[in-house]
Amino acid sequence: MTQPASKTVAEAFDALDYGTSPESDAQAKEWLASHKDGVMKLFIGGKFVSPTAENGRETSFDVFNPANGAPLMKAAQASAADVDKAVKAARKAQKGWAGLKGFERARYLYAIARLMQKHARLFAVLETLDNGKTIRETRDIDVPLAVRHFYHHAGWAQLAEKEFPDYEPLGVAGQIIPWNFPLLMLAWKIAPAIALGNTVVLKPAEQTPLTAILFAQICCEAGLPDGVVNIVTGDGATGAALVNHEGIDKLAFTGSTEIGRLIRKNSAGSGKALTLELGGKSPFIVFEDADLDSAVEGVVDAIWFNQGEVCCGGSRLLVQESIAERFIGKLLRRMESLRVGDPMDKSMDMGSVVDAAQLERITGLVNKAVADGACLHQPCGSPSDFAKLGNGKGCFYPPTLLTDVEPSDEIAQTEVFGPVLAAITFKNQDEAVSIANNTVYGLAASVWSENINMALELAPRIKAGVVWVNATNQFDAAAGFGGYRESGYGREGGREGLFAYMRPKYEAKLPLIKPAKAKVAPKESSAANASDSLIDRTAKNYIGGKQQRPDGNYSLPVYAADGSLAGHVGEGNRKDIRNAVEAAHKAEGWAATDAHLRSQILYYIGENLAARKAEFCALIASLTGQSKSAAEKEFMTGLERVFSYAGWCDKYEGVVHTPPQQSVVLAMNEPIGVVGVVCPEDAPFASFLSLVMPVIAMGNRAVVIPCESAPLIATALYQVFDTSDLSGGVINIVTGRHSELVKPLAEHDGVDSVWYFGHGGQSAAVEAMTLGNLKQSWVNHGKARNWSDPAQAEGREFLRRATQVKNIWVPYGESFAASGGY
Amino acid sequence: MSVTQMPQPRTPNSDHDQTVTSRADHNRIIHARNEGMSLDLEWLDLARANYSALQRRCKTIGTRRSVKKHWQAAWLLKALTCIDLTTLNSDDTPGRVRRLCAKARNPVRRDLLEALGMGEHDIHTGAVCVYHEMVETAVKALEGSGIPVAAVSTGFPHGLSPFPQRVAEIKASVAAGAGEIDIVITRHHVLNGNWQALYDEMSAYREACGEARVKAILGTGELATMRNVAKASLVCMMAGADFIKTSTGKEKVNATLPFTLIMVRMIREYEERTGFKVGYKPAGGISTAKDALNYQFLMNEELGHEWLQPDLFRFGASSLLADIERQLEHFVTGRYSAFNRHPAG
Repeated sequence: MTQPASKTVAEAFDALDYGTSPESDAQAKEWLASHKDGVMKLFIGGKFVSPTAENGRETSFDVFNPANGAPLMKAAQASAADVDKAVKAARKAQKGWAGLKGFERARYLYAIARLMQKHARLFAVLETLDNGKTIRETRDIDVPLAVRHFYHHAGWAQLAEKEFPDYEPLGVAGQIIPWNFPLLMLAWKIAPAIALGNTVVLKPAEQTPLTAILFAQICCEAGLPDGVVNIVTGDGATGAALVNHEGIDKLAFTGSTEIGRLIRKNSAGSGKALTLELGGKSPFIVFEDADLDSAVEGVVDAIWFNQGEVCCGGSRLLVQESIAERFIGKLLRRMESLRVGDPMDKSMDMGSVVDAAQLERITGLVNKAVADGACLHQPCGSPSDFAKLGNGKGCFYPPTLLTDVEPSDEIAQTEVFGPVLAAITFKNQDEAVSIANNTVYGLAASVWSENINMALELAPRIKAGVVWVNATNQFDAAAGFGGYRESGYGREGGREGLFAYMRPKYEAKLPLIKPAKAKVAPKESSAANASDSLIDRTAKNYIGGKQQRPDGNYSLPVYAADGSLAGHVGEGNRKDIRNAVEAAHKAEGWAATDAHLRSQILYYIGENLAARKAEFCALIASLTGQSKSAAEKEFMTGLERVFSYAGWCDKYEGVVHTPPQQSVVLAMNEPIGVVGVVCPEDAPFASFLSLVMPVIAMGNRAVVIPCESAPLIATALYQVFDTSDLSGGVINIVTGRHSELVKPLAEHDGVDSVWYFGHGGQSAAVEAMTLGNLKQSWVNHGKARNWSDPAQAEGREFLRRATQVKNIWVPYGESFAASGGY
Repeated sequence: MSVTQMPQPRTPNSDHDQTVTSRADHNRIIHARNEGMSLDLEWLDLARANYSALQRRCKTIGTRRSVKKHWQAAWLLKALTCIDLTTLNSDDTPGRVRRLCAKARNPVRRDLLEALGMGEHDIHTGAVCVYHEMVETAVKALEGSGIPVAAVSTGFPHGLSPFPQRVAEIKASVAAGAGEIDIVITRHHVLNGNWQALYDEMSAYREACGEARVKAILGTGELATMRNVAKASLVCMMAGADFIKTSTGKEKVNATLPFTLIMVRMIREYEERTGFKVGYKPAGGISTAKDALNYQFLMNEELGHEWLQPDLFRFGASSLLADIERQLEHFVTGRYSAFNRHPAG
């Protein structure tokens, strides 16, 4: 808290206080006043339009400055009809926009970046007035990063045609962004979308709509074609109208996990592509050999940046026991000099939280933590002191440290989204990893150690989309950002982020799955494989490397194409799925196996498969009714696929980003974890291998539900896996009815991703089943792939789906006058 | 050794009273002089310095804090009182040194001081810094002003003359009336990790200084790594340095904010363990008022108000004063000022 300011030079000479250093709001006020009747309009089809009234609702809402409660402006409340207009405008513009040469689109993005730079200070001041964050941050961080995002993506607009010749834009994107980084999140959403030829309808948060409207004006100034960017302001109802609109091809959301889950639910089965960037409870891990003073400063940047309203904010401090006391002491001392107050003052470290509701939430969670036994440290002042700021009408909360917190406490698990740090201790690196990963989230992590061996070992072990070594909250347009687990899916920024706004060209042309041809009626009393089996064989489930009888002890008959009984498979149930997922988790070591060894094992599978070619060809022919030559062709396709992914194992590598900060950023392709795979009925041999091989090649473990019509192929395959040095649990197979098995698999909270290629029409259901842990999903939407065509059934698309990108930031530098870099 | 077994703070060799009696009151010393401690190599082992993190912190020093209006005038006046007004040129003459001393006594035009409401204050620079050759001239020129003369010493700037000569040089300057001695350390002791040798050297210099304050110039630009800078800072403080100072002004890289950051953090740690407050002096290349403010912000944020006062903070600078004068006049008149409006030094 600040003391009374000196009034004269002589007083200040003795006190050496900072006084006040206010940024002017004159130009921002002028801008606000330029809106007729004090109401901002919607930006639809290149025009600023008034909203249409919706039954009984106001057509506008007040926008406040949270630092002093002053009303700034009214923003339009877009109705469902307005959203519809905006989507139609975007649709109308999309073809033409996508049809422009990359160079043309690049020129527009470049112009936008330039214009944003020209109005940089106006953006910064408006953002501070609207959000309550400090002018230092809007001026030096938010706005420059947003501008950089447009420059970077101007480049992608130019290069995409050549770099991604087999891809096309998705169409119209509906984008919903949060209030914590209004302009930056807008840039993260709009820049990649329009760079690649999509058009957008963006809804800013109702708390912070100002800079989006200024951005709309810039789109006009840049001469952006009408309808390419549309901005609809409004509350959750506007967002819901956007999510549910049938004219949307892609939804991108940044915000709370709760709303993300709702969007997944409401969009399930709609065919809309979806990326989510959600909450977090990111660990900030300090080892005893770290530069502790720098780590303390890191904490400041981690959790007292943007009032802690940062999805990737380091809100859990994990500090090694041996230095805990010393480190906390240093931290408390540092906290004393944090300055909190008027966010327009250039000497403030923290401003106001976004609104009273958020202030109440923070207050409640801290009080609860204290009631739960946490020790409260607020060296800069108490909440009641802070309530006096902004003439008693601000929303200020003090920087807060909670010690005596255990990982099981609510404050260590729940996202606060405020300036509140919970400190936990650990004894060694293994415990640090286990506590770090003991969360439903996986957005970011920060690791502090002067030992590069330690840091680089830890980075891959932490389940998070971004890991900063000896740094925190570093962002750049060239480096992807996004989460693991319930922190969402998809990346924003960099090459990896582009895939959120494009799709392979073949996808749109895929035909619908044809209804299965009725098999010839089963022949009564035909003996299974009577002709070529001396002794009756029992096909079982394959779980944890063992053949296991199904839990229910029922079997299902499998008929050959000619109607004869080909054999039986186990009728798996939900418990078999549970066991299979359990086994897959135990096989976690597969992820850490080096790529060369994985490759060797896949080659070995191919080798053993080839040795049994005749048997498999006969089986394929018998079960599918294909000719001998067609069956052989399918066999060879499957075999080739095994070889392809054996080859890919050590070649689907990440990239190294080189952001303007002096850092190398390692964008590593990491396995997702346990992937559930539901196989299609067509090409049962080739499709099984087309789906399962990329999954395991990248280090995932698979729980596979084979097709219903020819599951004996899958059960024959496990004998091959068994003899090919594949560790138990890497591939698990549960046979049975899809109607029974898909649900427990897709719903399982221990499954990290689910691929549904079944013919049971369950795509929508599967997407809805992912809600529990917000697992990723890849479904066929009832479309059939040609499994013999490598363009559709093999390659990077599959590998991309089998991995998630982790960006590891490694800042470097030791020499005082070095000019070299990566 | 594990990090849990932290070296215990040494008890200072003598009790440190509030005030140390000095030959003159010009240092305005209000804290105990650093008595040093025995060399603690375990402590050195714990020193860490992550350069890129230091750079990141420094990048925002000047953007996280800002002083305007009368606050800015006050901070700049304070910066002015911390300047060791320096001339270290091979062509220095007694006349040149006398002019400099006159400027040190009256660094700001009288009318400006009055306008600032600071007419009653005795505003002068922190010291005048010269080679031994010019000490007598300076002492005479500053007589009665309370401004100490600082002499660079020990074979400045390289510090590679015979050791007995270096010690004798200190003694000669003290005998000639220098109140402060800016010594240079032997850089190869640092580069080769010969901490005992550095400690012994520094201890000898401190002893030779007697009552004169000793500032240890590390030559940071030549120490290769930030960790070396951290360790050299600690060793010099353990050996009794009153100030640690970045540079001679003659290295390729002189004072920078990252050097400052690691050095002041070591000062903080040394105080936490021993209770002794050690001063800090960046030197070389600080020539604008804005630069000076950034250093002041860093001192204030990392160490606190005490380290904004001349007894714990000095700028080694020659042209900084002129820019501060211009800024002060701008504050008074509202017009941008020019160099020729302010008396030369």
